[in-house]
Amino acid sequence: MSILEIIFSSDFFFTSIRLMTPILFAALACMTFSKGGIDPIGTEGIMLLCALAGPVGGYFTGNAVGGVLTAMVVGVLMAFVFGYFTLILDTNPVLAGIALNTFSGGLTIFLTYYLTGNKGSTQSLNSPVVPNIDIPLIENIPVVGAIVSGHSILTYVSLILVVLLTLFFWKTPYGVRIRAVGENEKSAASVGVNIMKYKYISLLIAGCLAGLGGAYMSMSYVSMFSRDMIAGRGWIGMAAESMGFGIPWRITGSVFIFGMADSLAIRLQMLNLPTQLISCIPYVVTIIAISIYSWQRSKVKKKKAE
Amino acid sequence: MENEILRMEHITKVYPNGVMANKDVNLSVKEGEIHALMGENGAGKSTLMKILFGDEEATEGKVWYKGEELKVKNASDAIKKGIGMVHQHFMLVDSLRVYENVVLGMEPKKGIMTDSKEAIRLVQETADKYNLKVDPMAVVGDISVGQKQKVEILKVLLRGAKLLILDEPTAVLTPQETQELFEQLLMLKKNGHTIIFISHKIREVMQICDNLTVLRGGKTVGSMEVRNATEEGISHFMVGRDVVLRVNKKPAEFGDVLLNVKNLNYTNKEGRKLLDNVSFKIRKGQILGVAGVEGNGQNELAEAIFGFYPDATGSIMFEGNELLGKSIKMIRKNGLSYIPEDRIKTGAAGNLPIWANLIADTIDTNELKKNGLLDYKKIHERGKELIEDFAILCKNDEQLAGMLSGGNMQKVVVAREFSSDPKLLIANQPTRGIDVGANEFIWKKIVEQRDAGKGVMLVSADLNEIMELSDSILVMCDGHVAAYFEDASSVTEFELGNYMLGLKRQEDVE
Repeated sequence: MSILEIIFSSDFFFTSIRLMTPILFAALACMTFSKGGIDPIGTEGIMLLCALAGPVGGYFTGNAVGGVLTAMVVGVLMAFVFGYFTLILDTNPVLAGIALNTFSGGLTIFLTYYLTGNKGSTQSLNSPVVPNIDIPLIENIPVVGAIVSGHSILTYVSLILVVLLTLFFWKTPYGVRIRAVGENEKSAASVGVNIMKYKYISLLIAGCLAGLGGAYMSMSYVSMFSRDMIAGRGWIGMAAESMGFGIPWRITGSVFIFGMADSLAIRLQMLNLPTQLISCIPYVVTIIAISIYSWQRSKVKKKKAE
Repeated sequence: MENEILRMEHITKVYPNGVMANKDVNLSVKEGEIHALMGENGAGKSTLMKILFGDEEATEGKVWYKGEELKVKNASDAIKKGIGMVHQHFMLVDSLRVYENVVLGMEPKKGIMTDSKEAIRLVQETADKYNLKVDPMAVVGDISVGQKQKVEILKVLLRGAKLLILDEPTAVLTPQETQELFEQLLMLKKNGHTIIFISHKIREVMQICDNLTVLRGGKTVGSMEVRNATEEGISHFMVGRDVVLRVNKKPAEFGDVLLNVKNLNYTNKEGRKLLDNVSFKIRKGQILGVAGVEGNGQNELAEAIFGFYPDATGSIMFEGNELLGKSIKMIRKNGLSYIPEDRIKTGAAGNLPIWANLIADTIDTNELKKNGLLDYKKIHERGKELIEDFAILCKNDEQLAGMLSGGNMQKVVVAREFSSDPKLLIANQPTRGIDVGANEFIWKKIVEQRDAGKGVMLVSADLNEIMELSDSILVMCDGHVAAYFEDASSVTEFELGNYMLGLKRQEDVE
């Protein structure tokens, strides 16, 4: 099999979409944080805790919906904790973010062990999963059907959310006020916009999005939580958010590139290449993408200055 | 008084640190007039307006609005009562469109969505009514300063403001934009709005205002009708000085030319010309005072000479060497030293001890080193010496500079700048906001420097300081040299005021 054959197969694109879903949730969470003027640096840790909360919630409620909702509630709680530290106690956001991320790393292992007696995963819980669905009509179209149909419900939710968030942030008073608060607090306050209220709304939405991202990892991508399973997706989401200039459809585009990189890494493992080298690919792509983004941005800035 | 819309009575404001910003200020504004609130920087205009908007609470005094006592907690409270402020620094969100900025916080809705059609119509309607031409769909970050100001005015109008306060609205405008603004203000007046126009530009006030009130040093100096006022009369009101301190100095003996600045020009990134063909000389044994209303290029002149703007053009010759384009370090090596305008931001490092601040300019010389490493014995000796010489009130030289009072912190800066025994000292606002004792001390040091045959360039917004210390005076207005007086004692403060405020200009200043 040649590399080209590997890349240009419908299976490759199907996997790309599957792999982009958690990054898309992460990126949308980062976008919502940033729009409200909150540092998105805690996204990785929030998603990790949510990834554990999903299967656990699913186990206790006995269904997938309960699991996803639990993950979202945990996401919101963690986002509020982060907000409380940075907005009310005025903690440096980078420090608060590092604290949150290390805290999640430890707490998830502790809780996993506490609940299952196993430090590595929650396999023994046999928690429910979010089903995949086939889209009628589209599934029958050759090639396109094989790529677009048959994904997890959460994948479709993420794509619908791209549209809904676009409408929210550009077409509703609430969304526009959040953007105003995030960009220029003083201006917003001078026309009587309650700054804290809108910051908390953006924390609420971002927490839900991170929760969905975490739940996807442990309830759809695989069927259990395993330690450190977010593996940098929160950070890559942050990169995708800035590469997309904070605009949802552009963010989705950037996320798709990362999804393809992930997918490529998996497919190349079929060839006789050192696996360590191959598993670098998503991260190398991140670095290259960010470099291109910074270079472009400095060009735009220069143009504006002239 | 009939038709009075706003009356501020006996307003006194003392800040917790003891600064008295307003002292028994009275302001009375009639409905439907354009009322000028005038005064130099620091005269108390902004404090008075902050009290009106509830940002600050008056220590004493009352505010009456439309016959009732006015009590507001913040700007959005004030706007509900019909009082709107157009800030000098715009309160706009750059990435939002014009109409989004205007309706922010009061968006018309259709379901849960913003009814953008209605919002645009509202904005367009108000814009047309008052002839404020601006595209509602434009992104605010892309439009000119003049247009942004219109957006700000639209914002307060759409919120139902009857009394508009414009804080130095013309400071950021080009002459054409200024005329356009005036037409719009007259239109607003015709529509029954009342306007408070904060400014120190006499010509502009004479052009569009009905009445004016002048503040000076936190007090009301007077109110009058504009048609009964003359430019000179207003200028007298604004620049009178209160002599607090005097200095004894012997007559000046000028020596050779030390600094020769020729055709110095500087345009900032935004394209505003801040220095316009400035030429002058400083001689040995001369204190040259640079006077001007703040923001007319004096600060930029001092900073340009000291190497802050490598892209300035012209020539700055110091004892036969060109300084322009040289690094600040090289300029210091040539024998210049500089007391910056802002001691907290530029002058001193607040979180470092006094000794470190005192050696900041000499730390890389061999003087303070032994075998290539810093010699702390010498450094502390130097620190103690300077603390004594300059009477800096502190526990010891380990105390953090930021913990000192304003006057003592300034003395640390002054001590450092004098310690290199400079041939030319540039002192930018050397005594702003410090106590009388420290003030007197710094003046004495400056005169000593002159008497030792060195040069001093003194930039100050304090006319008293300029008139007491200077041997010669240069007046800046709008980035150019408006006047030069070889003999400072030959000129009165009122004459200086006329040049500072742009009423007069000497031709062919050399």
